Amino acid sequence: MEPQEPDKNPVVQQLRGWNGAAVAGVVEFRGETTVIVPREYLRAACEYLATEPSLRFSFLSDITPVDRFPIEPRFEVNYHLLSIDRRARIRLRVKISGKDAVLPSVTAVWPTANWHERESFDLFGIRFEGHPNLKRILMPEEWEGYPLRRDYPTEGPR
Amino acid sequence: MTVTVETPPATTRNIGNAQNMVLNMGPQHPSTHGVLRVILELDGEIVLKAEPVIGYLHTGIEKSAESKTYSQVITLTDRIDYLAPLSNNLGYCLAVEKLLDLEVPKRAQYIRVLLTELTRIGSHLVWLGTHAIDLGAMSVFLYCFREREEILKIFEYLSGQRMMTSYFRVGGLALEPPPDWLERVRRFIDAFPAHIDEYEDLLTQNRIWMGRTQGVGILSAADAIAMGCSGPLLRGSGVAYDVRKAFPYSSYDEFDFNVQTHTAGDCYARYVVRVAEMRESLKIVRQAMDKVPPTGPFRAEMPGIIPPAREEMKTSIEGLIYHFKIFTEGFAPPPGEVYQVIESPRGELGFFVASDGSAKPLRVKVRAPSFVNLQSLPKLCEGRLIADVVACIGTTDIVLGEVDR
Repeated sequence: MEPQEPDKNPVVQQLRGWNGAAVAGVVEFRGETTVIVPREYLRAACEYLATEPSLRFSFLSDITPVDRFPIEPRFEVNYHLLSIDRRARIRLRVKISGKDAVLPSVTAVWPTANWHERESFDLFGIRFEGHPNLKRILMPEEWEGYPLRRDYPTEGPR
Repeated sequence: MTVTVETPPATTRNIGNAQNMVLNMGPQHPSTHGVLRVILELDGEIVLKAEPVIGYLHTGIEKSAESKTYSQVITLTDRIDYLAPLSNNLGYCLAVEKLLDLEVPKRAQYIRVLLTELTRIGSHLVWLGTHAIDLGAMSVFLYCFREREEILKIFEYLSGQRMMTSYFRVGGLALEPPPDWLERVRRFIDAFPAHIDEYEDLLTQNRIWMGRTQGVGILSAADAIAMGCSGPLLRGSGVAYDVRKAFPYSSYDEFDFNVQTHTAGDCYARYVVRVAEMRESLKIVRQAMDKVPPTGPFRAEMPGIIPPAREEMKTSIEGLIYHFKIFTEGFAPPPGEVYQVIESPRGELGFFVASDGSAKPLRVKVRAPSFVNLQSLPKLCEGRLIADVVACIGTTDIVLGEVDR
């Protein structure tokens, strides 16, 4: 990641002040801030961002995994957070390898994460520890494979 | 007048009791608005537990998008939410334009606003008509579809298609609008306020309508936020969040309109919000009609990315080369990820587009408001009568094409 430049986004500064180890990197692109969070701090960082009175990221907009196969760690999981009263958005990103595609569930922080995590499990095969009901949601239950992985063909035999 | 239903408190409800009846509602059921299946556990007529089962209309749009060029994906977005295709076009085009760091000409921006607001009215009309027919009001359905037809005719006049218009393209619009198109829009919006009054005459003070919707499907503001609900579902619970105001796009900050909210959080509140939103959309359409310049570019200029004008393609060699390259190879935005959010008729519609620097997107993710809103269905109908499930499904205004993608 780029060396210590002053943070443009005050939320990142605040996050660093809370726990420096939780910010493994920051990406600024087209006015959007992405904070790269190590997996072990994800749950705590989410809780902090959602409940800290000066931040109030009480709305989880979306969870989007991206598969960068064959690059390792292949999965990037993006959490799009929104603070309705502060009119602010931020994106958290966790990178995980294909061999160990497990993340802590954030359903306890935002109940809406339930279906988003099920979708990520269904289409990418990422497991969420602590999820109350982790099963396929869009594909049939007996389906084999994870269709949105890059090594899963769009057409022809699997 | 409100109908009160004796609801047993949650503690006395006996989920899993052998006496309970498990009922499959859908996936083929007229009031599920498509192929939604809800597994209901019933104690008599009281719903103890409701579990939505989705995926019957999953067509792999996000997967297909990865093997198409950026421009080809636009045709897929029409088919996500088939009641508001132009909203989807807009969200996706804005995301790609953000990736390209591209400014769209004002004329195209205003036309986009005008047409997406007409889309919102058309979508709300389908919602109102089907919601009313689900609850037994037949005539409203017929009136709503009559007016929606006029909106579809306007779309057809502009793009050649009634529903799957694909009229918005990266950088602007697909075609120059026909010269007298604003006349047709004016004819519609002059007649439409009287039609809204007509629907309100039929429903707003209607005792059956109030009985079926007031106090039914209550969602508190805290629950709505926790469940990620957006759009009229969130505003019907008293949270004044509208992407058009909070994060303006496509020049929405230049328009004067109000965010409609209601505090009751029941089906009736969401009805009031959506009807009021139709009136607000009319206001925006009127303003947009005054703002749209009669002539001017309808597409941005960016050689190699935006197709050149037809005339240029025929007369200049560069134009021909660019035209050929764009339609055979596509264009490659710089590597990066963007998340663009718009206010679709159903709520916060997000497009996450990741580019790896090639001509095809690495990932297109649709944050579908119907998908997220549907998750709150058990909250709305548990503890209520089975007849209210129909009202609760209707009030969430889901489009199964968007839920399953």
